[in-house]
Amino acid sequence: MQWEVVIGLEIHVQLSTKSKIFSGASTAYGAEPNTQACTVDLGLPGVLPVFNGEALKKSVMFGLAIGAQINERSVFDRKNYFYPDSPKAYQISQLYYPIVGEGFIDVDLEDGSQKRIGVTRAHMEEDAGKSLHESFQNQTGIDLNRAGTPLLEIVSEPDMRSAKEAVAYMRKIHSIVRYLGVSDGNMQEGSFRCDANVSLRPKGQEEFGTRAELKNINSFRFVEKAINVEIERQMDILESGATVVQETRLYDADKNETRSMRSKEEANDYRYFPDPDLLPIVISAEEIEAIRSTLPELPDAKCARYMDTLALSEKDAKALTVDRDMADYYEAVQQAIGDAKMAANWILGDVAALNNKHAIEFKECPVNPEQLIGLLKRIQDNTISGKIAKEVFEAMYAGEGDADTIIDKKGLKQITDTGAIEAIIDEIIANNPSQVAEFQSGKDKLIGFFVGQVMKASKGKANPGQVNQLLQTKLKP
Amino acid sequence: MHNKTIAELSAGLKAGEFTSVELTQSYLNRIHSLDEQLNSFITVTPELALEQAKQADAQRAAGHVGILNGIPLAQKDIFCTKGVKTSCGSKMLEPFISPYDATTITKFNGSGAVMLGKTNMDEFAMGSSNETSWYGPVKNPWQLDSVPGGSSGGSAAVVAARLAPAATGTDTGGSIRQPASFCGITGLKPTYGRVSRYGMIAFASSLDQAGPMTRTAEDAALMLNVMAGLDSRDSTSVDEAVPDYTADLNNSLSGLKIGLPKEYFSEGLDDAVAKVIESAVKEYEKMGAIVKEISLPTSNLAVPTYYIIAPSECSSNLSRIDGVRYGYRCEDPKDLNDLYIRSRGEGFGAEVKRRILVGTYALSEGFYDAYYVKAQKTRRLISNDFNQAFADVDVIMGPAAPSTAFKLGELTDDPITMYLSDIYTIAVNLAGLPGMSIPAGFANGMPVGLQLIGQHFAESKLLNIAHQFQQETDWHTQTPDAFK
Amino acid sequence: MSKLDKSDVEKIAFLARLGVDEQDIPEYATNLSNILDMVEQLDSVDTQDVRPMAHPLDAVQRLRADVVTETNDRENLQACAPEVEQGLYLVPRVVE
Repeated sequence: MQWEVVIGLEIHVQLSTKSKIFSGASTAYGAEPNTQACTVDLGLPGVLPVFNGEALKKSVMFGLAIGAQINERSVFDRKNYFYPDSPKAYQISQLYYPIVGEGFIDVDLEDGSQKRIGVTRAHMEEDAGKSLHESFQNQTGIDLNRAGTPLLEIVSEPDMRSAKEAVAYMRKIHSIVRYLGVSDGNMQEGSFRCDANVSLRPKGQEEFGTRAELKNINSFRFVEKAINVEIERQMDILESGATVVQETRLYDADKNETRSMRSKEEANDYRYFPDPDLLPIVISAEEIEAIRSTLPELPDAKCARYMDTLALSEKDAKALTVDRDMADYYEAVQQAIGDAKMAANWILGDVAALNNKHAIEFKECPVNPEQLIGLLKRIQDNTISGKIAKEVFEAMYAGEGDADTIIDKKGLKQITDTGAIEAIIDEIIANNPSQVAEFQSGKDKLIGFFVGQVMKASKGKANPGQVNQLLQTKLKP
Repeated sequence: MHNKTIAELSAGLKAGEFTSVELTQSYLNRIHSLDEQLNSFITVTPELALEQAKQADAQRAAGHVGILNGIPLAQKDIFCTKGVKTSCGSKMLEPFISPYDATTITKFNGSGAVMLGKTNMDEFAMGSSNETSWYGPVKNPWQLDSVPGGSSGGSAAVVAARLAPAATGTDTGGSIRQPASFCGITGLKPTYGRVSRYGMIAFASSLDQAGPMTRTAEDAALMLNVMAGLDSRDSTSVDEAVPDYTADLNNSLSGLKIGLPKEYFSEGLDDAVAKVIESAVKEYEKMGAIVKEISLPTSNLAVPTYYIIAPSECSSNLSRIDGVRYGYRCEDPKDLNDLYIRSRGEGFGAEVKRRILVGTYALSEGFYDAYYVKAQKTRRLISNDFNQAFADVDVIMGPAAPSTAFKLGELTDDPITMYLSDIYTIAVNLAGLPGMSIPAGFANGMPVGLQLIGQHFAESKLLNIAHQFQQETDWHTQTPDAFK
Repeated sequence: MSKLDKSDVEKIAFLARLGVDEQDIPEYATNLSNILDMVEQLDSVDTQDVRPMAHPLDAVQRLRADVVTETNDRENLQACAPEVEQGLYLVPRVVE
């Protein structure tokens, strides 16, 4: 039996507003328990929700970025269920009339092709609090700081057919929300969470199979593993002739398996109805266009522009545009030094390498664009060689100062004086007669040896181009 | 002193005839000696009241103060009051000392008013007789074996018995107007969104409104001046300018067009009550008003529409009261569900449970369209009826209740008949219109209220219409013998 | 005519996490059935082209500025809590 995998993803993105979606409490991460839970967040008797306009703006930005329909009239509904991290015993969400309608994402697959994944809808809702089980015997502690943080729930069409496609989609959404500045997409802190709906059906069958929902997976790697392990599990069940149970499952990263989370009898009737404490959200076409005009250039457009106007390769352009901070950094440098390829090499190479080694985001890079520009200009004006520049860069990264300061302090200026270089060359030639003879008799490759010797003698400071040129002249028989 | 209105008391304070402390103490004494008969207070706050009175006197001495400065009031126990028990008439909130003030309370505090205590009410505002309170029923001061009406029965009894010059109430389906009618006082339910609901424990969010319960229309205007206004903490509160509600009180009613819905004068309305209403309307004709019969054909849809919408909204609103962060918690819960089920099972009374169950059912899968959505549609039909009527008339009048106050225990086993006692008031909440009940006479020795219904934000006009009636009649000055 | 029976009441009561005494269930079933009969009067009303009315004034939602206005008030807000430890609200252990 040939099976086809069908995957849909529900991604919950925490919107990076300063205050909560329905109250004026702070959304800052990491505060002491319940110090950012005001009367409204606690669901005290008599409190009422008041809607944060920034959450609307960020949601609309996302919708526009994925080419989706923005609903000019949307409504908040109550999703009723009892759980201690849900203080009102209902979550304010949007079921019937969400803010964002149908859209799409184009993802790059490993074989280089592109696939269009549909987005069914995206809606605003409030986050729940946190349950802490560890510190208490037989009890659970509830922290409501997170309760009321704005979420955008992005629901994909069941268009993905493999774990890899799912991860590609997830990465693209991640990139877009960070690009737009609507979320920091921090998976460790829980501001970007993914649920995957996985099912199998016989190839060719139109009807979907029974699906399992994998909940709260917080890394790209785990999403791929969880989906794959679930596909295997379901395939085993179906091949043995049994049926898959529709249920929610949790991924256990240590055991690399999924396990059932909620039993059937907890299946909830959420009794959705429009929240009578809130009024319909109405946004005009003009307001939507005003928001559209604030959208930054998005990854795909930026990538195309880099390829067209800066003549960068697709590989480089893609790599530079995945992360908006990296792209911003790149553009600042490229515009100042003019050499697109040089800037790309440095940023994708040296800068990214040190950032990754120290686990630092581009935004926090200790060498800012101005400083890097200063360094690259010294290569361009021949003050130092590219190789020396790498040494200087490491020192800059370690906080030893700007390029000129370090070049001065360490005496790294390139030697470009012809006479000085000739003097070194003369000495090398004098000290290596056999290699000279071999070279002159036709062993052209030995030029590398001589260049190496000159560079060594000059502690790397001799201008390589000039060294080469002068050696060629001087070594002529 | 206890027979004076807010306006009169304020003048007395201003003239130095007495201090707020003296005034407050005199009401506290009255409450202490008389409330045992009525059970109209759940919590009396003597220390707080006297402290507030002292401050009010100091403010008055220091300079210009508003009319409500130093005036003692009673607050319905549905308003969250910081540092003071807020029970909403329920065992479920028996231990709840609110950590914050409702906006209405903040506004009264800002005006310098004094809080004598929190009044008794039907549990979570669900009831029409003040018999569902955990704290025992309230008695009607006119006849102690009768109900005061509900859910603001405590506030109505307080004002009728002169235990305070005025009180606040809330009205979802008639809970200010019906008890005002049963107790012979003046009650106003403002337009939906006129007064903030922040801190007012929610029953049915799209229907609830807070309002004044007083002896006179003038006093109601003075209270509304403080209560009304946009509140940024309440999304449903309306950004409509607040006029001085006393400004139009003395406007002439000549040419006023009064509509009497024929549906209100059919079987179900007590004959003696009907006679009182007819006489009251004749008073208006004497003042130059023109009376015409109108029709509100959807009147019979009001009660069924309400009894889907209100329980649905309240079933969700009350879910937050689960014993986790505040309120009553059962002993030794063995797991989470047990905590919820037993706390709520032991904490809520039967009427509240009934409505939670009905609302949960109406919203549940498979029934939502048939019940809730259907009710929202009939709600629009009811609202349309009023819009059409107001094209022809300026105000709609009729009885506030189909009878005078019934006896304690008479309807407790008959919920549906109990629901029908709100038959004239419910449609007004569904349409969000302002409504008043003013004392219009007596039937069988018990008070009868005349209901006035106006267009959205026409409180000034309603108060004017009420005030003029109170210049020509003296029903509103009557006091039950036991409390003179 | 909607008649609710014992199991209906039990199901609804569980959805609402509302404890109902065994002996009271029949009475609740009757009460609820009566109320539902009463509201079923609406079935005969033609509402085909009528827009549902969620709020009596048909207004739209105001937007709040994205500013932090509430500061930490934990001690005050937790004073009325049945069980609190280390700033956390305690409930019986929840198994996921």
